[in-house]
Amino acid sequence: MTASPVNTILLRTAGTNCDRELALAFEMAGAHVETVHINHLIANPGQLADYQILGLPGGFSYGDDIASGRILANQLVHHLGDALQQWIADGKMILGICNGFQVLVKAGLLPGPMPQLSPGDTFPATLTDNTNGRFVDRWIRVRSTSAHCPWMGPETCLDLPIAHGEGRFMVRDQSVLETLRANDQIAFSYVDAAGNVALNAPENPNGSVDSIAGLCDVTGRVLGMMPHPERFISSYLHPTWTRQKPPPAPAGLQLFKNAVAYIRQNMAVMV
Amino acid sequence: MPVFRIEVHPKNTSQDPAGAAILAEIQQLQHAAHTTGANGQDPAITSVHTTRVYLLAGDEMVLTAANLEKLARHLLADPVTETPVIGIGENAPDSGVEVHLKPGVMDPVAASAEMAIADMLGLPRSKPGESPPVQVRTGRRYTFAPPPGGEALKRIALSILANDSIEQIHLEPFFPAEFPSARSYQFAKLEVPVQGLTDQELLSLSRRGHLFLDLAEMQAIRDYFVSLGRPPTDVELETIAQSWSEHCVHKTLKSRVEFTHHPAPDAAHDGHDHHTGSPEKLIIDNLVKSTIFRATSELNLPWTLSVFKDNAGVIAFDEDFALCMKVETHNRPSAIEPYGGAATGIGGCIRDVIGTGLGAKPIACTDIFCFADPATPPQEVPHGVIHPRRTAQRVVAGVRDYGNRMGIPTVNGAVFFDQRYIGNPLVFCGTLGLMPREFSAKGSAQPGDHIIVIGGRTGRDGIHGATFSSDVLTNTHADEFSHAVQIGNAITEKKLLDVILQARDHADGPLFGAITDCGAGGLSSAVGEMGQHTGATVHLERVPLKYQGLSYTEIWISEAQERMVLAVPPQHVAELLALAAAEDVEATDIGEFDGSGKLALYYNGIAVGQLDMGFIHDGLPAPVRKACWQQPLLHDPTLAPPQDYVQAMVELFSHPTIASKHWIIRQYDHEVQGATVIKPLTGPRGDGPGDATVLWPLPESPRAVALAVGCQMRFGEIDPYQMALNSMDEAIRNIVCVGGDPRHTAILDNFCWPKCTDPMHLGALVRACQACYDGARAFGTPFISGKDSLSNEFITDRGERICIPYTLLISAVSVLPFVDRAITMDAKEPGNLLVLVGRTRRELGGSMYWHIHGHTGACVPQVDLTVAPAVHQAVAGLISHGLVCSAHDLSEGGLAVAMTEMLFAGGLGAQVDLAGVPRDEGLGDDTLLFSESATRYLLEIKPEHLDAVVKGLRPHSFGVLGTVTEAPQLKIRSTGGPVLLEEPVDTFKQAWLKPLDW
Repeated sequence: MTASPVNTILLRTAGTNCDRELALAFEMAGAHVETVHINHLIANPGQLADYQILGLPGGFSYGDDIASGRILANQLVHHLGDALQQWIADGKMILGICNGFQVLVKAGLLPGPMPQLSPGDTFPATLTDNTNGRFVDRWIRVRSTSAHCPWMGPETCLDLPIAHGEGRFMVRDQSVLETLRANDQIAFSYVDAAGNVALNAPENPNGSVDSIAGLCDVTGRVLGMMPHPERFISSYLHPTWTRQKPPPAPAGLQLFKNAVAYIRQNMAVMV
Repeated sequence: MPVFRIEVHPKNTSQDPAGAAILAEIQQLQHAAHTTGANGQDPAITSVHTTRVYLLAGDEMVLTAANLEKLARHLLADPVTETPVIGIGENAPDSGVEVHLKPGVMDPVAASAEMAIADMLGLPRSKPGESPPVQVRTGRRYTFAPPPGGEALKRIALSILANDSIEQIHLEPFFPAEFPSARSYQFAKLEVPVQGLTDQELLSLSRRGHLFLDLAEMQAIRDYFVSLGRPPTDVELETIAQSWSEHCVHKTLKSRVEFTHHPAPDAAHDGHDHHTGSPEKLIIDNLVKSTIFRATSELNLPWTLSVFKDNAGVIAFDEDFALCMKVETHNRPSAIEPYGGAATGIGGCIRDVIGTGLGAKPIACTDIFCFADPATPPQEVPHGVIHPRRTAQRVVAGVRDYGNRMGIPTVNGAVFFDQRYIGNPLVFCGTLGLMPREFSAKGSAQPGDHIIVIGGRTGRDGIHGATFSSDVLTNTHADEFSHAVQIGNAITEKKLLDVILQARDHADGPLFGAITDCGAGGLSSAVGEMGQHTGATVHLERVPLKYQGLSYTEIWISEAQERMVLAVPPQHVAELLALAAAEDVEATDIGEFDGSGKLALYYNGIAVGQLDMGFIHDGLPAPVRKACWQQPLLHDPTLAPPQDYVQAMVELFSHPTIASKHWIIRQYDHEVQGATVIKPLTGPRGDGPGDATVLWPLPESPRAVALAVGCQMRFGEIDPYQMALNSMDEAIRNIVCVGGDPRHTAILDNFCWPKCTDPMHLGALVRACQACYDGARAFGTPFISGKDSLSNEFITDRGERICIPYTLLISAVSVLPFVDRAITMDAKEPGNLLVLVGRTRRELGGSMYWHIHGHTGACVPQVDLTVAPAVHQAVAGLISHGLVCSAHDLSEGGLAVAMTEMLFAGGLGAQVDLAGVPRDEGLGDDTLLFSESATRYLLEIKPEHLDAVVKGLRPHSFGVLGTVTEAPQLKIRSTGGPVLLEEPVDTFKQAWLKPLDW
């Protein structure tokens, strides 16, 4: 029996730049991948029906102008908002990495549900300038902390690179954090070498509240994260592989394999 | 249309990192001013708040109160961290300053905001040539506590907040009644009489018109038009000036040179290749052809695919793919506007790679800078010059923002500090590209092909950049040539790249037959070069403009960024235009490569220029240039050995040239594209200074590519020949240290020199070029591309001439057969042996050790070309056989620095005895530790591999120095004698981390 293909659609626009490596990661995990320009998707939203996983790659959509992710988020909300709500309701998955995470947060898909853009309606969270005010590229360690997020089993430690200037996760007020915790939505936390949550730089590289590195929605199927799992899909991408025999297993790849496995298991119940 | 103002304020200061960063800069400035006694009375500023300002111009029916509120809350301000204010906020207008771009300066944020606003309000998208329905200008407002006085405020604004070559400072909130609108252009064809002009008048015309042509060149132009029986139009003169500029045609390097090589005045020491007796005279027909090109053609290696004829040099990667590499300088623009200059430098270099063959994908960038000491007291900075610390910070920001946004990892580089760069900072940007081999040959325009300009719109930016870069910089240049400043928009270029690669990989084959970048000289150079063999007709009014008011000449020579020119066969034009339109990229058909052999320029159907391609490309007079070189009379200092070796080494590690560059490196995304397998910072803590970077671009192939640089500018004033050889040797050492194969290594040259009308400077250039030939032949490393910048002098307002040191950057690109054989420089394991390869000599001339003690000396390191290639090969062989745990090259600071870096990168220590150093006789410990003799490596090997290593290294000089230890302590014993030094390696690491930890 051959498994039916798991179809992944990657959304690309002006300034998207991690789409190739994200496509490779999904392909290595066994998915079929198409990368589509947002203009094309807005013109043909019906094509979403063919896919089960939506990927929002990293990069600088529209140059991070005004704020990272904001312009693409607005496009999603205004042109594809209903389609995306339906996507989630259909049991499908979304992954936003780095700029993709910023887009998901600024569109309100994370922590979700999406607020309406009416006066008085406020967003619970944002990703903003790193506390040191600078772009930073370094490898950090994260631990998966959500029990229900299908992208990564809980209590797994991964070394992954971050590369961003606006990765500081902030919330409107304390109640938002409490809701996130209560809903088991904190998917990844920055940790120290021993795996303990680390509140300060350099382990928490951007000053995120509660050292939050990644977030999922209440379904667990929509995941956003600042670190780049698609940059650790081969042993030779780890920064200290020359010191380890054998070189370390590519931990980032597991995330994509988990997603493909999840879709395979649940495909039957999807529309 | 009325203007509306929206301010975006941070909700509280902890959410204003931009303000905090500026506060730190102000405190630094005030501290410097205070400690040097200048302006010490300014009250210390304790807080800075930043506010983003958006000015929106649009119809009141569109920008209703409700819509403004919507835009403010849901587009412009962050709902969690920021508060929008419509109109002018309440903060006291006299406590702050506002910075806005001057009209016509590229504002990428405004362009994005215009698109987003139209999208959000459901307005139709503007068509090419139309203004958007809502126009946006952006600015920044800064408020200070305590509020500084007017003078202090101005000083802060001009030195930290704004660059007045592109920005305007407003002491009041800027809220204009309407946006400045460009005046429409009244066409008038301009002719410039040249018949009968005297030599003096010709020179004056050259200067007045910013043509920067010399007398012989102006005479040739006059004679050409006299023979045609008509005067030139302005656009014809400009076209010739662009095409003949040093920047575009490299006339010095290609010129015929009469070279006199005087014997050395005094044999400072043995080993020079100079001659004694009477001066040697040499006629060199074409300097670059007879040295650099010649080495490549004589080496004739099968893997050099396209060399010195395209925008970048191309070598084979494997059977199916090719690599191309280009390194550019962007010194002038970076001196005047460091952020924009550096950003457009890297942007232009990336376009060169995109425009190589039939298009390559950029996969990595490099950056190399030369600055004056960032700690230079402000009052020692000449008038008209930006402080070197500020220059460094803004240059880094420019490279960061452009490279990161393009999604190209900036992976390798170097920074050198010397006071002589104060008026002429150097900014080198390199780009590596990957392409299928079938697209590696340079395309050619065919008669009938359409001329398609694609990418950004044309504005007045960058006019005269090419000619401006060919003259000496003075303190008034910043004002006179502010129009030469270009601001980049990386996203426009990224979109362009996306479309070009799709057009190249089209199912029906490439949609274009030739491609080139619009760089220096703009359309003039790009179309002129592509149409050299066919001729071209161009309709200038079709070129899409950023704003109206440009004359036909401005359109033709503008150096507006992010534009490329394609030669598209008629049957593919519609397909190409549709492909571009689908991704919001503008592409415009502006004319035809027509087979006439002439360049014909029209504006609304009226002929404004008609030149023979032959005259443009072959009409440049070729005078004989005089060059001479005499080895300067220099002496070695007598310097007592240090009393305290710890102190001596701390001083070395504290010099910014040696100090850690992590502050720079970590701001670059050096891992995007997911291929950076050996990163610029290595070791368990990710802070060891790697020798080179390795990329693994195609996961289906085991092959990898290493990138490295070499630059020994401190040796140039002693001996430019050895400076060049040492730079090559260093680049190759760096390649070898990560596992690169010296037999599959190509190199690139970038000369930055003072003005070569001085025969001495040209003579030094000849010597460096001769070294390039000798070195490339001996090492078997062909040059594949190069670029020069030959007017790097600054004349201060007091008339003092500051010449940069002779600076040759060698970039190296090497193919590794197996990615898993790559290694890093961090020490790996206690018990391993440290092996020094190569002979140490008394060669402290130009060394960092003497430099920090105020000496240059004469005994510059001599590269022994009879031995060096075999040493590189031997070390590379050991590494490829897996016999080396870590390798590090010995360069600035010699053995002391290399060994210590290796240890602190690995978090380990070592016990070594200098008795193991292979050396000339009679050298003291200070020479053994600090000499910068060439062709030396420090290797870490496992004790059980010693026999194999010995076998692999014979007959070359090598010695075992000692053992790596678990305890992170460095213990150095003098040759057979007492302990010279015993110190935690962390002492040196801390000294090394600090100087550039901004």
